[in-house]
Amino acid sequence: MSTSGSLPDVLAPRSRAPGLLAVTVVLMVLPVFLPNAFYLDVAIRIAINAVLAITLNLLIGYTGQISLGHAGFVGLGAYGSAILTSRWDIHPGLALVVSAIAAGVLAWVIAGLILRFKGHYLAMATLGLGIIISIVITNETVWTGGPDGMSVGDFVMFGWQPSGERQWYWIFAALLVVTIVLAQNLVDSPAGRALQALHGSEVAARAMGIDTASFKTRVFVLSASYAAIIGSLSAHYLGFITPGIAAFPHSVELVTMVVVGGMASVWGAVFGAVLLSLLPQVLASFEGWETIAFGVILVVTMIFLPRGIVPSLAGLFRRPEG
Amino acid sequence: MLKVSHLSKSFGGVHAIEDVSFEIPRGGVYAVIGPNGAGKTTLFNLITGLYVPSAGSISLAGEEISGISSNILASRGLSRTFQNLQVCMNLSAVENVMVGAHLNLNSSLLAGMIRAPGLRQSDRACRMKAAELLTFVGCKKFVAADASAMPYGALKRLEIARALAMEPKLLLLDEPAAGLNHTETHEIEELIVRLAKSGITVVLVEHDMRLVMSISERILVLDHGKRLAEGTPDEIRINRDVIAAYLGSEVGET
Amino acid sequence: MSQFLQFVSSGLTVGAIYALAALGFSIIYNASGVINFAQGEFMMLGGMAGAFLTAAGIPLPLAALLSVVAIALVGLIIEKLVVEPASGSDVVSLIIITLGVAMILRGIVQVTFGKANHSLPAFSGDKPIAVFGATILPQSIWILCVSALLVVGLSFFFGRTRIGKGMLAAAYNRLAAELVGVDTRTVLMLSFVLSAAIGAVGGILVAPIATTSYDSGGMLGLKGFVAATLGGLGSGVGAVLGGLLLGLLESMTAGYASSAYKDAVSFVLALLILGLRPQGLFGARQTDRV
Repeated sequence: MSTSGSLPDVLAPRSRAPGLLAVTVVLMVLPVFLPNAFYLDVAIRIAINAVLAITLNLLIGYTGQISLGHAGFVGLGAYGSAILTSRWDIHPGLALVVSAIAAGVLAWVIAGLILRFKGHYLAMATLGLGIIISIVITNETVWTGGPDGMSVGDFVMFGWQPSGERQWYWIFAALLVVTIVLAQNLVDSPAGRALQALHGSEVAARAMGIDTASFKTRVFVLSASYAAIIGSLSAHYLGFITPGIAAFPHSVELVTMVVVGGMASVWGAVFGAVLLSLLPQVLASFEGWETIAFGVILVVTMIFLPRGIVPSLAGLFRRPEG
Repeated sequence: MLKVSHLSKSFGGVHAIEDVSFEIPRGGVYAVIGPNGAGKTTLFNLITGLYVPSAGSISLAGEEISGISSNILASRGLSRTFQNLQVCMNLSAVENVMVGAHLNLNSSLLAGMIRAPGLRQSDRACRMKAAELLTFVGCKKFVAADASAMPYGALKRLEIARALAMEPKLLLLDEPAAGLNHTETHEIEELIVRLAKSGITVVLVEHDMRLVMSISERILVLDHGKRLAEGTPDEIRINRDVIAAYLGSEVGET
Repeated sequence: MSQFLQFVSSGLTVGAIYALAALGFSIIYNASGVINFAQGEFMMLGGMAGAFLTAAGIPLPLAALLSVVAIALVGLIIEKLVVEPASGSDVVSLIIITLGVAMILRGIVQVTFGKANHSLPAFSGDKPIAVFGATILPQSIWILCVSALLVVGLSFFFGRTRIGKGMLAAAYNRLAAELVGVDTRTVLMLSFVLSAAIGAVGGILVAPIATTSYDSGGMLGLKGFVAATLGGLGSGVGAVLGGLLLGLLESMTAGYASSAYKDAVSFVLALLILGLRPQGLFGARQTDRV
């Protein structure tokens, strides 16, 4: 138990520079070691998942509001960009912004209805929301191409049109670093403490003047729009999207990354994303067994490291005697 | 400071509080006592906006506050602790106290994400003040601790420190000495006296009669949700109804 | 009118299956506070086991019985191996654990039986019966009757038998139940055995109408969860009515509006009903004590 700290100890929050530096260095040198486009693609997918897991962790891990429909917002962003750019010829940058705002507005409207729910009821409501979005995407064939999917045009921003895995890699790597910084800033800010306080005790948070309903809504809107932005960008990168991007299994995958990697931990979300994005690649040749392995990892982690891998291990290092 | 008139609250036909009136003067310690189930915590929850009264009114410094939600009441200078601890176990001790200062800080999500100018300084000052408050309530050695690593007695003080971080005018303490040993109770007693001296009006729900009698200016006695008596400790001590209620309840309980 | 009756009968048939799924959710929820996302997989396992045993030449009644017993055992094993060690985890962790169990079960079926669709022969032929101008499959009658029997049996079990009453008591107050001699570990075990068995029965009943494959448990499970929440988690009556309501809604939507959107409509209505009554139609309102 580390109870012997003097005042100055507390006043200097844990330095975040080493972790950030390490990740930046890894991201910088990684392309040198990746032999071909296939591996770059895997790295990009990991970065996409990591960013999504971080935004979802703000909601689930920090604020304590479970969402089983996060992929729905990713799908909104992806299809929003795809439809606006291809059917209406709208500039991709504008399409991205419009999609993100649309996702945010939808989240804001829905939040009033469902964020009053707790626990399993909230799980059910967010699950329903995600499924409704994916059903709409699957069935509005005229707009979305239905189950067969649709192709997405190139992305252009400030006159630059990224092409090829290598250029896209730098975009998503930068996005990951920026997201880590923003999330860590938020967690360590008054707003971030308010979110965590309403997770810890909603009555106490309210008694301290925190408008819990407003904070829940705002963090829901934030994570939804962020997910939509990532959805837009990944749609442009992939060049072709199917309704699977918004479907329930994708939502579950994202929640899994958060929970296995570590709830209420930015690094946990990143680690979970790396682990669970690599796993299917490693197990791809054992058809069927990958599902079993995935399930076993979930169950075993949750039973033996209930707080997730990163926080549990960090706890071990900080308090070896505990 | 606080005026409660004809306040009633019923849950599904059961009267938890029935036609209770009293007035808390500014400054000093005001205690609410009564046997188990007398409605003390319900009264606190009504005053702090967790429950909406069925009837009656509550006014704070002359303004009607019944039915106003608790986060708004906090901005009017009303703060409280909880009978069943409501410490945020996912935060550190200092962060818990900093939560109490929420209303004084810029709590925009965007400002937090981009670490807006000024935020770093104000947050640092807040952290410093939180550490001081923890020291003030006697939790100096837990300043760097996680809340989940603190013992019960320290958590009770942590809640007081958090409530103080709000710089309240009116502070409601719900059984601050419950579950504490003799020494700890004595320390809490000293702390409450210090708080009252610093100009905060303290309202106290407490079972420890010695504590209540020694530090309260006035006492409200509730029984079965009704006002049984109100007065100075000396008046309450010799009140026949109060004695009867306590004896009766003790016979009934044990 | 006959069209309407047609939709009612198909809605009730599907609804009965949803009700069985929802009952499975509610029983486990009552005993442990866990939402078992593998409930749909119990149904899938029942259907698969039934299909393979009958394909191996075992007569249907015996195959059904063997399947139910086998799946009940699976439920027991899951409870012992996974749920018991995880008791005390928070809601999100428990959801992830049962989702993990669902993946494991699905994966095992996939590697042993493959991805193909399987089917059971209808219990008493495929010849539709005409009732008031609507036609109804004999299998639908089987589904409705067996489900009704199960519901009656369950209400007898929970209302009249000592162990059943003990299970209910444990749901309301674990400590009090232990004080009066109900072993909550037994309750937890029984709840999984019972839910798995009910799931298996549902899976076998529905297999002749809808084919079964390794991944057919997913949507069934979700619908059961919707039905259970709709009715109010933990309420037996709620589960049954929630299931029937959901089945009817879907059938009416598919019939009068759009079959593509029948699933969406059920989720939208579930959201709306929960918006009006966050504790479900028959659930008890919860308050935090401070």
